[in-house]
Amino acid sequence: MAAAPPPALFDRAIVRAAARDALRKLAPRTMMRNPVMFVVELGSATTTAVLVRDAIARPAAMAPLWFTATIAVWLWFTVLFANFAEALAEGRGKAQAASLRGARRDTSARRLHADGEERVPATALRRGDRVVVEAGEIIPSDGEIELGIASVDESAITGESAPVIRESGGDRSAVTGGTRVLSDRIVVRVTAEPGASFLDRMIALVEGSARRKTPNEIALHILLVGLTIVFLLACVTLVPFAHYAGIELSITVVVALLVCLIPTTIGGLLSAIGIAGMDRLLQKHVLAMSGRAVEAAGDIDTLLLDKTGTITVGNRMATAFVPAPGIAMARLIAAAQLASGADETPEGRSIVVLARQHPGGDAPAPAPAPAHAVDAWVPFTAQTRMSGCDVDGRALRKGAVDAVASHVAKLGGSLPAAVAEAAASIGDAGGTPLCVSDGATVLGLVRLEDVVKPGIAERFARFRAIGVRTVMITGDNPRTAAAIARQAGVDDFVAEATPERKLEFIRREQALGKLVAMTGDGTNDAPALAQADVGVAMNSGTQAAKEAGNMIDLDSNPTKLLEVVEVGKQLLMTRGALTTFSLANDVAKYFAILPAIFVAVYGEIAPLDLMRLSTPYSAIVSSVVFNALVIVGLIPLALRGVRYRPRSAAAQLRRALLLYGVGGLIVPFVGIKAIDVVVAALLPT
Amino acid sequence: MTTRGWIEIAAFVLVMVVLVRPLGRYLWHVFERERPPAVRALGWLERALLRGGGLVDARGQSAREYGGAVLAFGFVGVIVTHALLRLQSLLPPDPGHAAVPPLLAFDTAVSFTTNTNWQAYAGESTMSYGAQMLALTWQNFVSAATGFGVMLAFARGLTRRADDDATVGNFWVDLVRALVYVLLPLSLAFALVLVSQGVIQCFAPPLQLATLEPGTQTIALGPVASQEAIKLIGVNGGGFFNANSAHPFENPTPLSDFLQCVAILLLPAALTHTYGCMTGNPRQGWVLLVAMTLLLLAGVAAVYAAEAAGNPAAALPGVAAGPNLEGKEVRFGLAGSALFATITTDASCGAVNGMHDSFTPLGGLVLLLDIMLGEVVFGGVGVGLVGMLVLALLTVFVAGLMVGRTPEYLGKKIEPREMKLAMLYLLTVPLVLLVLAAIAAVGPWGTAPLGNAGPHGLSEILYAYASASGNNGSAFAGLAADTPFYDLTLALAMLVGRFALVVPVLAIAASMRRKTPVPPGPGTLPTDGGSFLAVLLAVVLVVGALTFFPVLCLGPIVEHFTVAAGRFF
Repeated sequence: MAAAPPPALFDRAIVRAAARDALRKLAPRTMMRNPVMFVVELGSATTTAVLVRDAIARPAAMAPLWFTATIAVWLWFTVLFANFAEALAEGRGKAQAASLRGARRDTSARRLHADGEERVPATALRRGDRVVVEAGEIIPSDGEIELGIASVDESAITGESAPVIRESGGDRSAVTGGTRVLSDRIVVRVTAEPGASFLDRMIALVEGSARRKTPNEIALHILLVGLTIVFLLACVTLVPFAHYAGIELSITVVVALLVCLIPTTIGGLLSAIGIAGMDRLLQKHVLAMSGRAVEAAGDIDTLLLDKTGTITVGNRMATAFVPAPGIAMARLIAAAQLASGADETPEGRSIVVLARQHPGGDAPAPAPAPAHAVDAWVPFTAQTRMSGCDVDGRALRKGAVDAVASHVAKLGGSLPAAVAEAAASIGDAGGTPLCVSDGATVLGLVRLEDVVKPGIAERFARFRAIGVRTVMITGDNPRTAAAIARQAGVDDFVAEATPERKLEFIRREQALGKLVAMTGDGTNDAPALAQADVGVAMNSGTQAAKEAGNMIDLDSNPTKLLEVVEVGKQLLMTRGALTTFSLANDVAKYFAILPAIFVAVYGEIAPLDLMRLSTPYSAIVSSVVFNALVIVGLIPLALRGVRYRPRSAAAQLRRALLLYGVGGLIVPFVGIKAIDVVVAALLPT
Repeated sequence: MTTRGWIEIAAFVLVMVVLVRPLGRYLWHVFERERPPAVRALGWLERALLRGGGLVDARGQSAREYGGAVLAFGFVGVIVTHALLRLQSLLPPDPGHAAVPPLLAFDTAVSFTTNTNWQAYAGESTMSYGAQMLALTWQNFVSAATGFGVMLAFARGLTRRADDDATVGNFWVDLVRALVYVLLPLSLAFALVLVSQGVIQCFAPPLQLATLEPGTQTIALGPVASQEAIKLIGVNGGGFFNANSAHPFENPTPLSDFLQCVAILLLPAALTHTYGCMTGNPRQGWVLLVAMTLLLLAGVAAVYAAEAAGNPAAALPGVAAGPNLEGKEVRFGLAGSALFATITTDASCGAVNGMHDSFTPLGGLVLLLDIMLGEVVFGGVGVGLVGMLVLALLTVFVAGLMVGRTPEYLGKKIEPREMKLAMLYLLTVPLVLLVLAAIAAVGPWGTAPLGNAGPHGLSEILYAYASASGNNGSAFAGLAADTPFYDLTLALAMLVGRFALVVPVLAIAASMRRKTPVPPGPGTLPTDGGSFLAVLLAVVLVVGALTFFPVLCLGPIVEHFTVAAGRFF
């Protein structure tokens, strides 16, 4: 799925399938879920019945057959167009689901039991079963690795072709059904019941079958149904009022007026907008477990981000050497590089890298480590908190400042005061000092620092622009945290964070009425992810984290939330825009239809026909046709969503009002007039 | 239209707006803070009334309890008023009058309890002084005080932070405070001002005078000023005399006319500021006041222009051109009549200083539309503001979506439940109005009492039901409304327009009360600025006008065109 690009807006195969589905969706049971369009369907059926009656019985006071027939046909089209929009949105999801389904092959599993293992179909696996998977085999279901380590090809889910390492214990133990083990052998404990695996849920969500209406969608539906009832009242009572005036309104005319007035534009496109929103998220490689979460994302006030891996590149890096008084820079660099020669931690490697890059000092660049005769490597231990090597009889060590200080003290040396001061100031600035010693001599310090990811500050500025406060969570002490927070441009930070403190922080924000989003991947993030209103779990994270969150980022990119927020806002804005447009349209339709139906008795009201439509029949037909066509015309907007740019709410409102409010007033005047010109040309005179 | 006329209108708006801030703040202090020192002297009356009602230390009520109290009080009010009207022959100070007929008594009891003051009777011939003072004036006070209560409970639901007790105040306390600190002092002062202008206040029986041509004339008298003051301040509108504020004993001078206009909008306008204070951000109230004032001014301008342009038939040969003065008091002139008519229909007052039936079709259209907008342009005391706030919720919903946030008002989310209740509120009035008017339009039960045939007759029917369901009370007087059909259906419309609306309103208050407000951020839709104002105005017009445009086409709009073309019915 992720590998396949999103289908074109009007992909031919999808359109054809959607057209078929549009017909299938005419079933009243399906239509009833959308009351506005259900009213249109009832109207279409009624008008069709009138047409049949007129054609057979030919009553004296009947409208021309072509008129009733045209209205009936276009009313059906109105329903079909709305169904088509929904089917199209679903179809685009289904196309993506199809590629997912390719991953769900009929696999068999090697289930372990007391006496050994047995082959069973993957569908027979229950939660708690244990299965063996070896290199080349497909993992039969979601689960946790109990034993072993393996490289796994997860491209079926993530689209990422590079294999990932999964191992028992820790935060990398979750495996997903449908992915392939490339090396080694693992024992997996199944965590999903059949049919409820990650892949199954993903397919169901993408296809729209698991879609439930979101709270805002329900509220909007209530508004639309309320408006429909208002217009139903206005149209139905118009019959007796017209009767008072000596005008007998035909059913066809009343139905046409009703359908033109009720908010069919938004009513017809509402579910398509919702489905398309989920779809757009998926194109950004985010899987939302519910539409509610997408909506909530548009409202996020506070975003919690883990420091490590999100704001900073995973590890601290060496950024400077600070020699002790009287020690040449070159000597410090050479010693630091040698002492780190066997240190495979990222910090250690970063010291070597920095040493090689270092612009000289007063000595030539130090020779590579192998040139020296290393007598022994001294690995890092939790007791010594130092590492290094013995070279040419010298003991080179590097480590925490206090550890090295006590080390040299044992050898009869001491930590110079200037070095201690420098170490303190590095700490104040958010860095970590490492001390390097040669025997009893302290050579100086290496400054390790968290390196903020490039471009992250700009991302946070965009969050700020859309009104989201960013909060960094870190286990660091407050001093270090403050320095990094300043550098990254986050608004706030929580230092010395434990899972409990994260949870407490989220609860406190929520008690203030704020909506909180959180990204995380570890099992210890799970409670916070569950508590947050929007919890985005990294796909690389643990099963527990994924279960707790309500979105999964397949790319495991923690700032993806920015896109999620934008999709959420876009979703709401599209609904608002089309609702406004739909209502504003009614004004023109009134001016088209009402003069047409009253002019027979009250010829004097002709001036009310602002558009100067050719005939009363043509006026009504043009309005109905316009009403149907506008649904088709707005399908692209519904599926793509209105464009989102961060601007202030007031500016956004002004723009939308101008575009969809004023535009909605004007467009139908032009559209109905244009259709009337065409209808008049085609009319039997 | 004259410069003098426009100056009069401008002066009115100026006076009204200047009074909003001090009075609004005063009301805020009365209901939500410490009583201002100036009126603490009245504390004994408040305590006495509360103790008399068995409410020594009244606890807060939930919205449900509050609503129950409002409904119960209204129910008892209808019964007591009905009984008093039936028993008016016994009432002091002038016993011996014939009892008001049962249906008319019921219609009138409902009318005054619902703050509508629809009058299917002529005060001077039907009612005794005792009935006017005890039954009607009493209801003028308490129905207005009830309106305060509904608004206060609603505003408390919107503005109070979520906590455990979830109360919205105590109805009986609000009722007593509205009476003691607001309505009684204001009415007393205003009655004296009116008396200074020549409004009468006496218990003397009607004067029988011999006229110049041999014959006798009866000049009705009575305790007018005391009823007149609360008629306007409480936005009630029920006149002592049939001619209402067009009668020289009710409204003698241009100054009294001007002051009556001010009195009608005094409390509805000031409450916007009270509301602003309750939200903690007075701009929230000012936005509503500006919206209401703009709609009012648009209405006044339209009516003034239509009446100044005169009869649309004037273009025809043999018809006199000139402004339309039919049914207007020359004492007040065109501007004074246009202003009063617009104010009384915008605020659901219903007092009149001219006959709305005689306005031009377009002038009448505007008056009808004023009512049909849902009585939210100022509207009745309290309830008008509530109506505007419900529309504000709808506005926030649509506008909030357009800025990409799930909608919230004052930081509280608007969810399906509030939406359902708001739609219920907005559907109720169109439902009774259109259905009852449609029933009236199709049979002799509705059409026989009409004063006019054709489109104007339809306007009379529409106006009657709009007036009743909007709790306005003014009339297109061409309709002879004291028939069983109209008495009963109009009473139904009045009851629904008042009490059926209280239920969703307080249910919204209850559910909003439980929500924790979200502090505003840069992405929050501001509800105290110009953009919001624009959408609010659009929503008010769209909801009101789109609902009624088809039927208005058949009434005043068609009438305008047919009269202009010289076709009469």
